[in-house]
Amino acid sequence: MVKIGVLALQGAVHEHAKMLESEGTSEAILVKKEEELYDLDGLVLPGGESTTMRRLIDRYGFRDPLRQFAKDGKPIFGTCAGLILLAKHIDGQQEGHLDLMDMTVKRNAFGRQKESFEAELDAKGIARDLAAVFIRAPLITEVGDSVDVLAYHQGEIVAAQQGSLLTCSFHPELTDDHRFHHYFVDMVKNSKKAIV
Amino acid sequence: MADTGTDRVKRGMAEMQKGGVIMDVVNAEQAKIAEEAGAVAVMALERVPSDIREAGGVARMADPDILEEVIGAVSIPVMAKARIGHIVEARVLEAFGADYIDESEVLTPADEVYHIDKNTFTAPFVCGARDLGEALRRIGEGASMIRTKGEPGTGNIVEAVRHMRMVQAQVKKVAGMSRDELMTEAKNLGAPYELLVSIQETGKLPVVNFAAGGIATPADAALMMSLGSDGVFVGSGVFKSEDPQQFARAIVEATTHYEDYELIGRLSKGLGTAMTGIEIANIPEPERMQDRSQ
Repeated sequence: MVKIGVLALQGAVHEHAKMLESEGTSEAILVKKEEELYDLDGLVLPGGESTTMRRLIDRYGFRDPLRQFAKDGKPIFGTCAGLILLAKHIDGQQEGHLDLMDMTVKRNAFGRQKESFEAELDAKGIARDLAAVFIRAPLITEVGDSVDVLAYHQGEIVAAQQGSLLTCSFHPELTDDHRFHHYFVDMVKNSKKAIV
Repeated sequence: MADTGTDRVKRGMAEMQKGGVIMDVVNAEQAKIAEEAGAVAVMALERVPSDIREAGGVARMADPDILEEVIGAVSIPVMAKARIGHIVEARVLEAFGADYIDESEVLTPADEVYHIDKNTFTAPFVCGARDLGEALRRIGEGASMIRTKGEPGTGNIVEAVRHMRMVQAQVKKVAGMSRDELMTEAKNLGAPYELLVSIQETGKLPVVNFAAGGIATPADAALMMSLGSDGVFVGSGVFKSEDPQQFARAIVEATTHYEDYELIGRLSKGLGTAMTGIEIANIPEPERMQDRSQ
């Protein structure tokens, strides 16, 4: 059994927790405070509003512990707002939030809510015909050499991995398709073995 | 092969707002204060509910100028209110890029019988409800998010509490029913049968349910969260307080950490005066906004 936290400051927290629990081999823990990070094997940064999450991260000195969690090699999976939190570079902003993944992202890249959509796409090594829900979604516009692109939508990058960091700009947690979460839980299991 | 305006996309947008605070704003400056404080969205209005109450007369959709100004000022979602049944106001708001439309009893209703057929819109809608029947009728019409009506512009939490408790109790009751009881319950509630079936199967409303109408302090916001709200709308509370910046921040934090009472106490210290409240019994019945639609 692996323990996977879901950052529960704001956003679609319970949907991720439900997905993780349904794997049967992972326990989901809601994380609001730094001390709740310590015995976790992996962490999900859910969708929501990235500016809200950043404010709440800053107010409790949560940023450094989250960065340390990643530096310890423990896997992190960021969806939508979580992707924005992970990025080193954000289009139109001075600096990244957690500043972890070597990529540039553009917020609200498809436009306003009425342009939000769902589509099917293939994610390399994870799934074919994956149901993907895009809500005021960001895009990855550039990636560094160490980043592996996992999925495209109409030629734009929408999912990627850099070592123990996994990210997508859509919401697998809003669908019945468990394959993306399954892939992440496997990452966490492998990393736990390696760390032990 | 990309579908816009599906239920999953519209309801999903509300899912992303959970655990957050949506604040009423009347201009770009207030919108920036709200975003900086950590609001998950803002509601662009011409006047906040307490001013609407004071001004009297007919309250309509805000000038599209205000919507544009607010959209230009922040990167978080921007919501806007249309009058109940006013299809054209809603279409205009959708065309101007409102991320969510509130078909709201705070404005003077345009139609006293029918609500907008919200299923035909690409933009999602939020609607007010006092009980489960009302909530499910709105969802049946296509609302992707529900909020309690409370009593807007009063700074008095009592009605929001009443409505949240009512909806929660009715959801629990339906979840515990057997299938053969649901049709009669649908008749009693005046609600679509299929939605009752969904509640009985999942044990919860099919959309997100926020608290609104009377939240005036960080403790009020935390109270609504502990009663099972998915998040809160704060209308007049923020910008009618003495120090909106600090107040907005405190409400955001209290909503996230609603079970950390020591923190809520600290957040409440030295906040200055909250908006002045109104006793519900002192509002003549025809002036109660919550009774404006069924």
